[in-house]
Amino acid sequence: MKPNDKHVTWVKTPRLGPAGRSYLLLFVQGMTTTLRHLFGRKKTVQSPEERHEIPDPLIYRGVHRLNRDAQGRVKCVACFLCATACPAHCIDIVAAESPWPDRQKYPQSFTIDELRCIFCGMCEEACPVDAIELTSFYDLSGKSREEMIFDKEKLLSVYDQTKDAEPMRTRRD
Amino acid sequence: MLSIFLEPLLKIALLIGGLMTAAAYLVLLERWIAAWVQDRLGPNRVGIPLTKIRLFGLGQPLADGVKFLTKAEFTPSHVDTVLFFVAPLVIFVGAVAVFAVIPFGSVIPAGVFPASWGIHEPIRLVAAPGVDVGMIYVFAVSSIAVYGVVLGGWASNNKYSFLGGLRSGAQLISYELPLGLSIVGVVLTAGSLRLDVIISHQAQTGMWNAFNQPLGFVVFCVAAFAEAARLPFDLPEAEQELIGGYHTEYSGIKLLMYMVAEFLHMVAAALLIVVLFLGGWHFWGLTGSGNLIDWPVAVLRVIVLLVKVMGVILFFMLARWSWPRFRYDQLMDLGWKVMIPWGLVNLVVVAIWMEYGDHLARLLGLSTERSMAAAGWATMLLVWLVTVAVDPTRGNNRPRRPWPTGNKPGGERPDSAVPGARTLSS
Repeated sequence: MKPNDKHVTWVKTPRLGPAGRSYLLLFVQGMTTTLRHLFGRKKTVQSPEERHEIPDPLIYRGVHRLNRDAQGRVKCVACFLCATACPAHCIDIVAAESPWPDRQKYPQSFTIDELRCIFCGMCEEACPVDAIELTSFYDLSGKSREEMIFDKEKLLSVYDQTKDAEPMRTRRD
Repeated sequence: MLSIFLEPLLKIALLIGGLMTAAAYLVLLERWIAAWVQDRLGPNRVGIPLTKIRLFGLGQPLADGVKFLTKAEFTPSHVDTVLFFVAPLVIFVGAVAVFAVIPFGSVIPAGVFPASWGIHEPIRLVAAPGVDVGMIYVFAVSSIAVYGVVLGGWASNNKYSFLGGLRSGAQLISYELPLGLSIVGVVLTAGSLRLDVIISHQAQTGMWNAFNQPLGFVVFCVAAFAEAARLPFDLPEAEQELIGGYHTEYSGIKLLMYMVAEFLHMVAAALLIVVLFLGGWHFWGLTGSGNLIDWPVAVLRVIVLLVKVMGVILFFMLARWSWPRFRYDQLMDLGWKVMIPWGLVNLVVVAIWMEYGDHLARLLGLSTERSMAAAGWATMLLVWLVTVAVDPTRGNNRPRRPWPTGNKPGGERPDSAVPGARTLSS
């Protein structure tokens, strides 16, 4: 870049007014802001003892769950739409022929790698039967990577734990 | 014979123990204030080890210390090994050595001790009492600290560290001069370089130097911020620009030494501000002014001094969150073009007042001290207004639109002269 390039936009440095040049008013201004915050209300949530308030659990994107239908069976029909939609490729489904007459397929295994998941909620959006949903459970931890790969039983148990607090969003059964 | 060595050794032990503890807890205070200013709560979990008692996080310094001591101390392969090891030592020793002549109280009266101890003179609360070159010693030793920074930056063999060291060198040169100039006025009024004499002079007149020489006080404070490398003058370690500055490559106990040295610089700067300008241990109606005192007054003087120092340190910590960092050239502009002239003006006014003060006071119809204070404040107002009007920090060394052809003499090319050029004027 040459300085006489006509595409260069020259910006004039703004000149401070007398208040700015004296530093005094800015001094007072800066100190007032600091003091206001020093004695102001604190926003920290003391995490294990206090919990974050989740405004609407129904639209929160936490750990997944696999919903059950009225008869207690897994709702999933193994259509692979969630696995296709997933940008992180964390959903792994093995489909098998359904033992029940009302659908063709069911998931023989359904695993979600919670460490790869980015909690975008695309799986929930893609699901045609509302089988996969994201709960408001957010402080997820495990002692190994293997522990963090949730299988079908674990995802169903998340449903069992959260179904009362967070009812299914739609019921089409 | 033994007591000759025992007294200074006890004082040194007290001073170093106190300073290390103070530095540790100042780190906690700094973190608290940082948190509170940012609407957080700050460290409040660590209490007594192995129990569930939290004590508002007062155990944090201990945990930090253990962490620093047990952390892996990594020496990169590309460093200059000897200098890399020496640099933190230099800055640490320099930071501690300053406190040898700074009084941390007045005296302990001899009457406190049993007669059998053979103490007949009051014990002065300075590690090295009676050093006649006190002020010169302070500035000589505190300037050594920059060697720690420059050597650390150089020895790290890392561009960021090197830039940090380089900036620190430039900053020190810019601020040593105003620092020195601003204390000359104080030394002139007290007639001594000894810090205890400077305090007792302020106590006797009852007029702290900050009221007498406000201009010198402002210059000294600004220069002390720069000396202690605190925001808004923390260029040597500007995290956003230089990663960690000169201590980027340091870890473990060497990093701890740098950090403690930084906090000790701040304590030293606060102590000097209090001793030189804010009356040291003196407070009207509380502490008296002589050296013949009882022990409650002696304790009170130490407390007054410590409270003042704490106040100044709090100001240091709050200032950190109130102003943005100065740019490198702005910092030097401020040092060379504002602070040095201010220091000179202050020196001239004080010198005139020392010589002709009595005559001028009689003319004004005030006491000598009050007329001096009036002159000081008037000078400050005048100088400040002149500075605002002249705006000396506005430099002309900016990138400038060049003349299109030939070598025309300096000055900025008017915008209209370059066809097709766009300009955003504010």
